[in-house]
Amino acid sequence: MSVGLEHYLVVGAILFATGLYLALAKRNFVGVLMGIELMFNAVNLTFVAFSRFVESAAPLSGHVFVVFVITVAAAEAAVALALAVLVYRTRETIDVDRIDLLKW
Amino acid sequence: MDDTGTVAAFWILATITVGSALMVVAVRNLIHAVVFLILSFLGVAGLYVTLSADFVAVAQVLIYAGAVSVLILFAIVLTPRAGRDNAETFLRLPALLLAVLVGFTIGFISLDTDWAIAGRGGFEETASAIGEALLSKYVLPFEMASVLLLVAMVGAILLVRPEGSAGEE
Repeated sequence: MSVGLEHYLVVGAILFATGLYLALAKRNFVGVLMGIELMFNAVNLTFVAFSRFVESAAPLSGHVFVVFVITVAAAEAAVALALAVLVYRTRETIDVDRIDLLKW
Repeated sequence: MDDTGTVAAFWILATITVGSALMVVAVRNLIHAVVFLILSFLGVAGLYVTLSADFVAVAQVLIYAGAVSVLILFAIVLTPRAGRDNAETFLRLPALLLAVLVGFTIGFISLDTDWAIAGRGGFEETASAIGEALLSKYVLPFEMASVLLLVAMVGAILLVRPEGSAGEE
């Protein structure tokens, strides 16, 4: 029994679905952010798996792209968590269903 | 990837990764959820090692398991009166439905497609090749990423600065 590309892709799909559920359903904003980070991880895993298995002229491009994704994800996490702290200061909550200032 | 060690490593790491990702959903305490999230990040790093992606695996441990999870923990402890029960909103069932649909669709596509599998083995080492690519072919995105990191750092500091500390308001 051997491990191939499909195994990694299915793991990536499960991780992505879990992250999507977290991002859509969690009440605390930090929980939403954890879901987004999980989705980033699923996509990165898929990139690296394709880079390892699939025919390509420059197979390491996938790794370079993952490095860029990690960079952008770190910047996004820093700004998003700063926003969460800022919202908490004015509203005393970071529950996404109670931050409804723009709702008519 | 046929030897027993690699196959066993893949199944163990995949179980850890997916299991702790599901525990992030299931546990009813936000701090515990972060601990399981770190475990899931480490499992993904192990999967990178089985894919012979050594540089990405180390970057994953340093940035995700180290920096991002500490950042998330800071956000939790800086919001002490917010709810910590890791509960769902009213969107729970639609979100579950959508997540299951998306997961099944991606899984079905990845199993159904006939990928152009290359017969080569794993990479010997990747760090030097990635470094050369970053400073030759991808030098423009590399510089843009550095500017983006600077902007994000300044923005995050500016956002959470205590009010009135620089004469504003």
